[in-house]
Amino acid sequence: MSDDTNGYELSLLELDGEELKFRAGETLYEVAQRRNKDVPTLCYDPRLEAFGACRLCVVEVDGIRNPVASCTTKAQAGMVVRTKTEALEKHRKTLMELVVSENPEATIDPLRGMASQELGVLAERYGADGSRFQGKHSGSSRPDDPNPMIGRDYDHCISCYRCVRVCAEQEGDYAISIKNRGFGTQITVEFDGFLSDSACTFCGQCVQTCPTGALNDLRARKHEDTPGELEATRSICPYCGVGCSVDIMTKEDTVVAVRPAMDGPANEGALCVKGQFGWEWIQNPERLTKPLVRKGGKGGELVEATWEEALERAAQGFAQVRDTHGRHAVYAVASGRAPHESAYSVQKFIRAGFMSNLVDNCSRA
Amino acid sequence: MSNPLADMELPDVIFCIGTNMTETHPVAATRLKKAMRRGAKLIVADPRRIPLAQKADVYLPLRVGSDVALLGAMAHVIVREGLVDREFIEARTEDYEAMSQHVTKFTPEWAESISGVPARDIEAAAILYGKAERGAIYYTLGITEHICGVDNVQSLCNLVLMTGNIGREGTGINPMRGQNNIQGAGDCGALPNNYPGFQPVSDPANQAKFKAAWGVEVDLEPGMTKVRALEACGDGIQAMLICGENTVVSDPDRKHCEHALRSLEHLVVIDIFLTETAALADVVLPAAAWGETDGVFANTERRPQRVRQAVPPMGEAKPDWWIIAQIAQRLGAPGFEWESAKDVFNELCSVSETYAGLDWDLVAEGRHHWPVPEKGHPGTPVLHVGEFLRGRGLFKTPEYRDPAETVDDEYPVWLTTGRRLAHYHTRTMTGRSVGTQFLVPEELVEVHPDDVRDWKLEDGGFAVMASRRGEILVKVKATKQSPRGTVFCSFSFGDVPVNTLTGSGYDPLTDTAELKVCTVNIEAASTAPA
Ligand code: SF4
Ligand code: SF4
Ligand code: FES
Repeated sequence: MSDDTNGYELSLLELDGEELKFRAGETLYEVAQRRNKDVPTLCYDPRLEAFGACRLCVVEVDGIRNPVASCTTKAQAGMVVRTKTEALEKHRKTLMELVVSENPEATIDPLRGMASQELGVLAERYGADGSRFQGKHSGSSRPDDPNPMIGRDYDHCISCYRCVRVCAEQEGDYAISIKNRGFGTQITVEFDGFLSDSACTFCGQCVQTCPTGALNDLRARKHEDTPGELEATRSICPYCGVGCSVDIMTKEDTVVAVRPAMDGPANEGALCVKGQFGWEWIQNPERLTKPLVRKGGKGGELVEATWEEALERAAQGFAQVRDTHGRHAVYAVASGRAPHESAYSVQKFIRAGFMSNLVDNCSRA
Repeated sequence: MSNPLADMELPDVIFCIGTNMTETHPVAATRLKKAMRRGAKLIVADPRRIPLAQKADVYLPLRVGSDVALLGAMAHVIVREGLVDREFIEARTEDYEAMSQHVTKFTPEWAESISGVPARDIEAAAILYGKAERGAIYYTLGITEHICGVDNVQSLCNLVLMTGNIGREGTGINPMRGQNNIQGAGDCGALPNNYPGFQPVSDPANQAKFKAAWGVEVDLEPGMTKVRALEACGDGIQAMLICGENTVVSDPDRKHCEHALRSLEHLVVIDIFLTETAALADVVLPAAAWGETDGVFANTERRPQRVRQAVPPMGEAKPDWWIIAQIAQRLGAPGFEWESAKDVFNELCSVSETYAGLDWDLVAEGRHHWPVPEKGHPGTPVLHVGEFLRGRGLFKTPEYRDPAETVDDEYPVWLTTGRRLAHYHTRTMTGRSVGTQFLVPEELVEVHPDDVRDWKLEDGGFAVMASRRGEILVKVKATKQSPRGTVFCSFSFGDVPVNTLTGSGYDPLTDTAELKVCTVNIEAASTAPA
């Protein structure tokens, strides 16, 4: 037995022929995950209460006639469990065919959302094309919703309810709900209206957990045709003091999306509308791209200059004020938004440059 | 914050005052909602019926600026009901007697006459918090942006100390920092009274320490705050470097502020956009934006975390530290030979006691809460365990004072300012992002529907709002979020410069502006803006 079971209770079960310890309350899926078993899931999100809707995660347990959903079944001492048998795989293939039949055939661009490839990957793995159950599907899209952030292509919905559950359990907003059941299922908001008229705060949690791209990031999708591989760079959100971890998604030198980091210590996968959808200012054409200096005295114009010229002018101005009015005539204000290195250099500029303490940041207003 | 964010899921009583958390810190608010689903009780004190107030078990709709009266009355009730934590008071505090004497006059009935909150609700809140096994207080600028900001904080500290709700999991007194790295700016010593790591400049030992590190002897005398510096522009102060702040729009009393910056001989602004402030500068230097530069942010729970470069800077933009080092070197200042953000951060760690155990590589995963006094130290998620910084926790005896301005015949309406979920500060960022701009495309002054009727305004129509310092034209929105007689605006929109109106006063100790209160007159406008 390997070291990763340290701290687990002494109860034992057998998983695919291996004796394993487990912790009280652990589900069979969690035990299997620890041993890196490849159990497929669709309605599972580790942050949410297990729901047991898709049944793809079924496993066989000795003494129980039908396969059980591993995400909702608690491990018990003495259980003998199999995660991969021919019968299970056949069962999963049938389930996948049923699920895929709900979906229009289309490639789902990964820019739609973090989990958007889950369905496609499993469909391919099980060779499911949905032809056996053609014709029925749940959910109708809402292309009429004018919000420019969250696309609502419910044609792709598979009724896993991850969106509804994340909104209620994680976000605590209860903005969306389920209407009808079975093939008639429709994810909806109050009075079948637009998201912006509901309790929705546009946190994007539902978009990022949707396993089909039915709910999707419309800001990111503007870049479906931008060339390049999709890459992630871990960073911290530039807005409030909570300090949510995010991935800045890029294609070559273009920022194409921001996504929450599931393992971010402050946010554990959550974001708000600003962090999630408010990033288009970064590569905005109004950005300052060249130094500017004022020509022709105080009433003059700001004109573009080289770095050398602008830095010279900046330094000269400070030197002149220091020489005519003394070193206590120079003041600096540091930013509460720029990184530490900015604030540290600003205060050192004043202290090491003018031997004074005439520096502050913007926290007083 | 005395306690980490993860602790927000643990208290059994949560007291939020002066924080519109679901809009200003939405992700923290999700944790609070989880605590409530677990059964935690919520007390909310706020002049406006904010979304959090609608979730509260006890809601205290206090008049703007009456916090000291309300909190003093809560302390009064906790003493009267015998809900104080004797053991904690004996072991860890001093001057309890003076405080308990002091609050005898803060009866709930008296506080009702000042704050407008029914005495029985003040009692209910005090008893709820007083009986909590784990009580936690959260606040933001609604507490500090007052002339009595320090008194407000001290009143909260009294509640915490008398009930022993500090130094343990799920308790504490927790200011939520508004900007991503405002905590970090302080940590780095961008303060007139402290070197990096909150080491006082007035201490000769610190002067000697930094002389050894930097090779220069810095004044023992603390500098002035930004508020004072703006007042001294063109007088004592003749040159200014402003880094990444749109002072003209975000600071109180816009006219005064613009005038101050115009009267400087030399103004250098480092920013990513040509803001209203940058437009006044003699030299504007283009900074690399978020996503274009490496660095560290410290969040509100004292957790330094790395930000990383994902794309090259736009055009010729450069990181702030590089720009500042270039100017400093041209002025002959020593110690600016950095080659990377890593060099700068590691220098900070070498001179700061709170960061002494950290370095660039150790903050890569953001696993530490400062103080981290030495290498190998696990960090300090909960402050004040066993002992306070000064040893014993000190009770204070703040008196209630009226705001700098109170309503009268000429200016009969209270104006309070704040933020909205979809926008951030002066909108240099969110105003340029399609989604956030869609949600809140324009500024609105929020007025109670009955006031809209009585003041002959129109929902969706324009109004002229005037204070002693200026006037603005703004669209009216009727909403019961505003109490009668009090209106609300954010300061996010340059075309509705609300800070033309604010700036009635400053806290005498911290120079923090009273942005949460000023008095105005509001009338229907005869014309819509051009
Ligand atoms: S919209 Fe997506 S997340 Fe929601 S139920 Fe449908 S498939 Fe699941
Ligand atoms: S964006 Fe957030 S609040 Fe809106 S429906 Fe999705 S999860 Fe709920
Ligand atoms: S993942 Fe277990 S039932 Fe869907």
